[in-house]
Amino acid sequence: MKHLLSTENLSLANAIRILDTAEEMAAVGDREVKKLPALRGRTVVNLFFEDSTRTRISFEAAAKRLSADVINFAAKGSSVSKGESLKDTAQTLSAMGADAVVIRHWASGAPHRLAATDWIDAAVINAGDGTHEHPTQALLDAFTMRRHWARLAGTGSEGADLKGMRVAIAGDVLHSRVARSNVWLLRTLGAEVTLVAPPTLLPIGVEKWPCKVSYDMDDTLEQGVDAVMMLRVQGERMNASFFPSTREYSRRWGFDDNRLKALDTLGMKDTIIMHPGPMNRGLEISAAAADSPRSTVLAQVRNGVSVRMAALYLLLSGDTREPAATPALAYAGTHSTKESN
Amino acid sequence: MAANTGTYLIRGASILGGEPADLLIRDGVIAETGTGLSAESSVDDVTVIDAAGLVALPGMVDVHTHLREPGREDAETVETGTRAAALGGYTAVHAMANSTPVADTAGVVEQVYTLGRAAGWVDVRPVGAVTVGLAGEQLAELGAMADSRARVRMFSDDGICVHDPVLMRRALEYVKAFDGVVAQHAQEPRLTAGAQMNEGEVSAVLGLAGWPAVAEESIIARDVLLAQHVGSRLHVCHVSTAGSVEIIRWAKERGINVTAEVTPHHLLLTDDLVRSYDPVFKVNPPLRTDADVQALRAGLADGTIDVVGTDHAPHPSEHKECEWAQAAMGMTGLETALSVVQHTMIETGLMTWADFARVTSTAAAKIGRLADQGRPLEAGEPANVILVDPAARWTVDPFRMATMGRNSPFKGRELPGKVVATFFKGHPTVLDGELNTPYPYADATAGVA
Repeated sequence: MKHLLSTENLSLANAIRILDTAEEMAAVGDREVKKLPALRGRTVVNLFFEDSTRTRISFEAAAKRLSADVINFAAKGSSVSKGESLKDTAQTLSAMGADAVVIRHWASGAPHRLAATDWIDAAVINAGDGTHEHPTQALLDAFTMRRHWARLAGTGSEGADLKGMRVAIAGDVLHSRVARSNVWLLRTLGAEVTLVAPPTLLPIGVEKWPCKVSYDMDDTLEQGVDAVMMLRVQGERMNASFFPSTREYSRRWGFDDNRLKALDTLGMKDTIIMHPGPMNRGLEISAAAADSPRSTVLAQVRNGVSVRMAALYLLLSGDTREPAATPALAYAGTHSTKESN
Repeated sequence: MAANTGTYLIRGASILGGEPADLLIRDGVIAETGTGLSAESSVDDVTVIDAAGLVALPGMVDVHTHLREPGREDAETVETGTRAAALGGYTAVHAMANSTPVADTAGVVEQVYTLGRAAGWVDVRPVGAVTVGLAGEQLAELGAMADSRARVRMFSDDGICVHDPVLMRRALEYVKAFDGVVAQHAQEPRLTAGAQMNEGEVSAVLGLAGWPAVAEESIIARDVLLAQHVGSRLHVCHVSTAGSVEIIRWAKERGINVTAEVTPHHLLLTDDLVRSYDPVFKVNPPLRTDADVQALRAGLADGTIDVVGTDHAPHPSEHKECEWAQAAMGMTGLETALSVVQHTMIETGLMTWADFARVTSTAAAKIGRLADQGRPLEAGEPANVILVDPAARWTVDPFRMATMGRNSPFKGRELPGKVVATFFKGHPTVLDGELNTPYPYADATAGVA
């Protein structure tokens, strides 16, 4: 792996390697001194063309825990807002000696452009591009699911996949990079995915995706599900006639209190409720659901740092081979098996 | 008036891909045809060209070219664009109206026309805008452009659809007064707001806003019915979908006076290429699916689609070296059109060279009402003739092209066919595959027709 641009082409071996490495990184987060010397002297640039405080600070924390130097480059208020091109920005960062660029961009494919051109010779990590992909989000979701799935099975997470796990992803799939990255990664890890959305918020061509599609949230729950991932819905979609009103959306596709109760009624005591954040409480997820013991929202945030540490470490450690077996980090100590949901 | 353009004896060229024959070109016309023509039959200095193995065709006519001048001379000029045209085998191009200022007055179309004559590489026939400023609100002075020295017959807001049905109806009606044609860029604007690529399987994965086929097909369906209702002539620019071919086929069966064009890139490339996010593949209408490509080829072969139009759209590099969403739409095409059509239509057995002459020259000249172009290769006809080496193979290198645009989607591809010579009004603008000299208009600098 030279770059982490998408999960569509991420092999099973590499996915498992990132998740296993993240387990080892998680152990660092549990220590009193949350720092490794692995990337000392390396420079990581957070290049954000779109506001996202959550993702940026997660990457920043990850890089700092690995002792990298971190430069935050927010495109707003910079030369970029004065018309500087992506090419010039990339070449500038290259001249400053960036070893890795973590890029968030409103335009789908912008990270691919950085990786494919000779504008910059750094490792590129896609931190969310337009409505395309958000691979580290999918990896942290998978990491969270894997811990849960392994704990239910009474085994360790390391080396494990998600075979047999039933995952529903509900909401605005059309505009969601999180949904796309999750569909590809969960397929690779062996989970069974069902997308639940109003037909207006599913892309033309979704029938070719490796998942099931449903327009009915209640039916999907009744079929049995081990994780429900709610996607953020932007209120402005309402004005573009994707759905008639936020109330109707909430009733038909939101995870409300009735559906939270339904999980109990249906006997799904181990089903978790996930959300990539930030949440619209009362729209796609009710407050009770968000705050319930089933919710993994905060665990996802915590795991995000571990997964991003793993991605930065693997891309910058120079080992770009396909793994033959699960690697071990000599200095990271034993991995944590503590479940933090 | 005919300038002294010299005398050329072309020996043994395969006429439209058929039997070899000689062509004697003198004083701007084909003076004689036949076998074993003697150079001594002429008193002039005769340049003899051995054309064994070459195909002689009528000079190509492009119904759809963006020359960018006036306004975007950093992208292309009439001079550079028409050099590219001559090298590509063209003897006439229709220069689209979306310049700055827009070609929506007699003054601007006459300027472009004059620049074309000053360059002297091909006939430059300006296309007039349908609406003032391409704004889609008010008809431009179509009659004044038709009556100008540029003698405009084709009108188009290309780049923007004349989407208001009443305005489209009026334009179709009005151009009947001077045998004009409205060339429609068929794109329903509301269905394509923010559109980045063909809507389908690939756009779903890439997360790029979709440009659905129905946005093109619904406008074409409306326009052929309007053309039928008012009894006028409609031309559909750059048809890109299988459904559009079906609608046009249906309209022609009903006797509706509609013509259609397809670009070389839509005959070869598909939206799979967008997976690279390389904006060199960003174009409007977008690259479609393989099923569309096959339907377009079939439509061109059976005459449903009348002509190949390049939609040559040069852009400066900074408009392509950026994010996909930021990039300009368009591809260069003048210097690759012949090769791409040979590759997709002739080498696949779908068409002959005679068919090639129809779709790249004869039919195009009829649509634009160009009396001296697209003529048979017979004695007494204007000597707009090209010689093509169909056995040649070459690798596309945008940096070796005459166009200023480096945005060729065929970069790095090996393609068949090479233009060896282009005769424009009896004068070789291209010889031995290289640019020669422009046609020596006696009055070019004066700009008088």
